[in-house]
Formats: sequence, structure tokens, C-alpha cells
Amino acid sequence: MSDVMLKVEDLNASYGAVSVLRGVSLQVPTGQVGVVLGANGAGKTTTLRAICNMCNTSGTVELDGEDILKTATAEIVRKGVGHVPQGRGTFPELSVMDNLLVGAYTRKDNEIRDDIGRWFEIFPRLEERRTQLAGSLSGGEQQMLAVARALMCRPKLLLLDEPSLGLAPLIIEDLFERFAALNKETGLTMLVVEQNANLALEMADYGYVIESGEITLEGPAEQLKNDPAVQEAYLGA
Amino acid sequence: MELLAAGSKWSSLPDFIFNGLSLGAIYAVVAVALVVIFKATTLINFAQGELAMLGAFFVYVLNIEQGLWLWLSIVLAMAITAGLGALVERTLTRPFDPADHLPVVLITLGLFLIINAVAGDIWNYQVRRVNDPFGKFPGWVPFWGGDRFIEVFDSRLRYQTIGIWITVIGMLVGLSMLLNKTRAGLAFRAVSSNTESARLVGVNTGRTLGFGWALASAMGTLGAALVAPTLGGVNPNMMATILIYGLAGAALGGLDSIGGAVLGGVLVGIIQSVVVSWLGVVVLEQHYMSILQLAAAFLVILIVLMFRPSGLFGTRKIERV
Repeated sequence: MSDVMLKVEDLNASYGAVSVLRGVSLQVPTGQVGVVLGANGAGKTTTLRAICNMCNTSGTVELDGEDILKTATAEIVRKGVGHVPQGRGTFPELSVMDNLLVGAYTRKDNEIRDDIGRWFEIFPRLEERRTQLAGSLSGGEQQMLAVARALMCRPKLLLLDEPSLGLAPLIIEDLFERFAALNKETGLTMLVVEQNANLALEMADYGYVIESGEITLEGPAEQLKNDPAVQEAYLGA
Repeated sequence: MELLAAGSKWSSLPDFIFNGLSLGAIYAVVAVALVVIFKATTLINFAQGELAMLGAFFVYVLNIEQGLWLWLSIVLAMAITAGLGALVERTLTRPFDPADHLPVVLITLGLFLIINAVAGDIWNYQVRRVNDPFGKFPGWVPFWGGDRFIEVFDSRLRYQTIGIWITVIGMLVGLSMLLNKTRAGLAFRAVSSNTESARLVGVNTGRTLGFGWALASAMGTLGAALVAPTLGGVNPNMMATILIYGLAGAALGGLDSIGGAVLGGVLVGIIQSVVVSWLGVVVLEQHYMSILQLAAAFLVILIVLMFRPSGLFGTRKIERV
């Protein structure tokens, strides 16, 4: 594995004629957690979508040293990117179990059931509800399911799109503790985009601030936490 | 009291119920085929019936003209129309933005007219006789071997009705296994539920939609092959009204529920046969009702959509903000 799991350079992204990202550059070293902070409409979601080639892009996107800018989304997933989209992105009409099975759609090995058991240990609520339809779960449970589903493809890189959105503070805290544990125990590389800067910076190694489609500030998480501009804009200080 | 006095009218009721069940089974097949495509794309494929008609003609060509075994002809015709359905999806619908329904619906309407005209040009509009897979009970059936029907309450329960039902139930069991027990079925359900997330777990959504179209086209062909003998044979217009009844059944059941489509199709068949033909024409002697059968189907769609826009078993869309 290369030292840098994700390398994005001078990335531009647009939907039709609307340009959303302009020259975004960021990296996530293997085994680390990167965070992109930004307000609504700054381009956080588009950054993740552009990495997975879900909009028109130009520039450089490299996964583990391999150029994936023009690779089809489904193929990028095969290459090891787990993407938890904004608003959970579960399959509401499928059972919890089927959600996890379809998460392993790209795999052909026989350890799929073992993996499901493993994520059930980490998210016991999902095991209790495994025959229930995903649409009937609470917001927090759906977010856990969305993450577990993304992990089922055994990603090298996990992209999390505002996992805290619409969840109660206690649930958010619990969720971020699990993400941090996941990163520590398995060495899984993550890129999180968030508005909730506090918890995200707590977990992250390195952070970026995005405004109007451009990276305006970057630095180690510790440093960003103490940056007056970040404090004012995202930490409510 | 007048009704009871007319004993012969009552005695004809079972006939109309059996007829309604037989029609309903066909409508159920068409409704399920429509729902399979609707679930994945939220589109109504108006060319569904014409693809099925084409399939019935393939059965005619293979069985009557080429002399192949009837069931082999049906299976081959299903395979051919499945390929055609996937081809239509790939070439005529996939290039368009799936969120913009109007162009694709217009394309399926255009396809309806084109397939109908091409079939009319090749085979003209005369009814061509076909073999009935369920003409007489096979010889090994006790009591009724070789008969065309069973007598129930002085009415005739035809082998045709029973055979159609057995085939339709078999098809539904097969469909359910395919959707619930296979990898392709899981992918199809995932795309139907959330297309974008399906792409994010590595499902090739285009190929999966093609699979849905193929499945729906094959089922349509089976329905058309079963209904053809009851219409006296195949002709290019055979599926036009059946598609409307199937659509009524699908709307009644809720458009995105396969079980609902089956029940909806059967209900429409029963309404057509029992309410319109038996109650309206035979009992109340309102003979004009017989030409209003199609209007009755529309009335069903209208009433359901007015009071329950999501049908009897459809999912109500709830948006969480």
C-alpha cells in the first residue's frame, strides 16, 4: 500500500453548467482520518461525490497511487472506496440483513457472514433489528446501518458525508467514538466531511476548511481547533 | 325479490366468477410486469403489452409454423422478448435522464405504435389460431382426464382457467425466488429502493435495469401466450385493452407492490366479469354495460387514485427532513 491513500489535486467539479469545486487539493495518508469542514453549500458533499466520479470532474484523484478520476462509480467501489452518502443512503425497503448483504455485492469470498457478525458485535442494535426493514429504523440506527453497509465491501478508504446530520447530540458522540475506534483498531483510512467541527476535529488527524468550492485553510486537527477563524465559524466560540 | 325469482341468473354466477378469475390471472401477470419496471424506474412502460403481443406471435411462429413443442416455443419466445426488452432499455431509455419521465414515457408510447404497426405489416390484423396449452385435462388426471372442464354448481370450471392459474402461481413463485434468493435479485431490489446507494455498493445500475426490463418482457410474453387461446388466437391488437386492465390492476394494488399487483389484477378481472357482465348485463339487463367494460376499468383507476393515491398496498412516500 502506498503511504497516501487518497490524493486529490486541483480537482474541479460541476453539475451541468454549475461549477461547484474549483481547484480543490487534499490528501489523506494511509491509516489516518481527514476531515473537511464547511458550511451548507460550500462543496463538502460534492467533494466526496467527485472522488467517486458522481459528477463532472477534472483534475487528479488517486486512490492508493492509482488514478481513478474517470473510473465508473461502481468500479471505484470495487477498488475499495466505501461511501456513506448524506442522508444515510440505506435501502429503506430492504431488511437490515439484506442491506448488509448488498453492501458486500462486490465480494465473492465466503467470509461475508463472518463480517456481518463482526459489525453486529460493534453495532448490536442492528443485530436486534436484522429482519426489520431499514426504513423503520431510527435515524441513529440508520446511520449505523449505512456505515456497516459501507464497511461490508471491505474498503481501504471510507468516505463519510455529514454522519451527524439530523442526529441527537448523544447519538452523534457515540457514533464518532465508534468511528475513532474503528480507525484505531483496523487502521481504516477515513475522510469525513462535517459541519460539526468539534467532534470531527477530535477524531481527525488533519483538516481542511472549504468555502465556496475552494480550500481556504488546512492544517493538523490540533492546530485547526485552536485557529481563531475556525473557532469563530465552526466551533461557535 | 325480483333477483331471487330469476333463478337462472343466479345459477350463471359461478360461470362469471370463473371467467373473472381467468381474466384476472392474465391481468395480474401484466400488472406484475408493469410493477417490476415501475419499482425500478418509477416509469410506466406503455410498450409492455406490445412486446408481449410480439412474444405471442413468436410462440405462433415457433409452434404453428415451425412445429416446435408448444411449451418449448413459449420458453424460447420468453427468452427472445427478454432480450428485446433489455435491448429497448439499453438503446431507447438509458440515454435519457431517469429523473425526467416525460421523454421516456413518450418513447414507450411511440414504441407501442411502432411494434403494433410492424406486427400488423408482417402478420396482418386477422386473428390467427393458436394451440391451447390447457385445452383438455391430460390423460393422467383422475376423473377428468381428457375433459375440458369440471362441473361445479352446474357451471364449467375450465381446465384453461386452472392451467392459467397454476402457471401464474408458478411464475410468481419463480419471480419471488429470483428476487429474494439470487444476487441479481438483491441488486434489483437495491436499485429499486435507492438507485444512488446501489451504485455506491458497486451495483451496475444500468445492467440491473436491463435485467428488470428483460424479466418484465418475459413475464408479459407468458401472459400473452396464455391469453391468446381465450381470444381465439393472436392478432396485433390483442394486448391493447389487456394492458389497460393490467394497468388498472397495478394502480389498484399500488404500483410498487408485486403482491398488490396480483390482487389488483384479479380484482379487476372479477369486477369486469362479475360486476359489469353478470350484475350489469345478465341480472339488471343493462345491455349497454357490455360495451362499457373498459370504462369500468378506468373508473376503478379513477376511484382508487382519488381516495388512495398510493393504491391498496403501495408505499406512501414519507420524506424525512
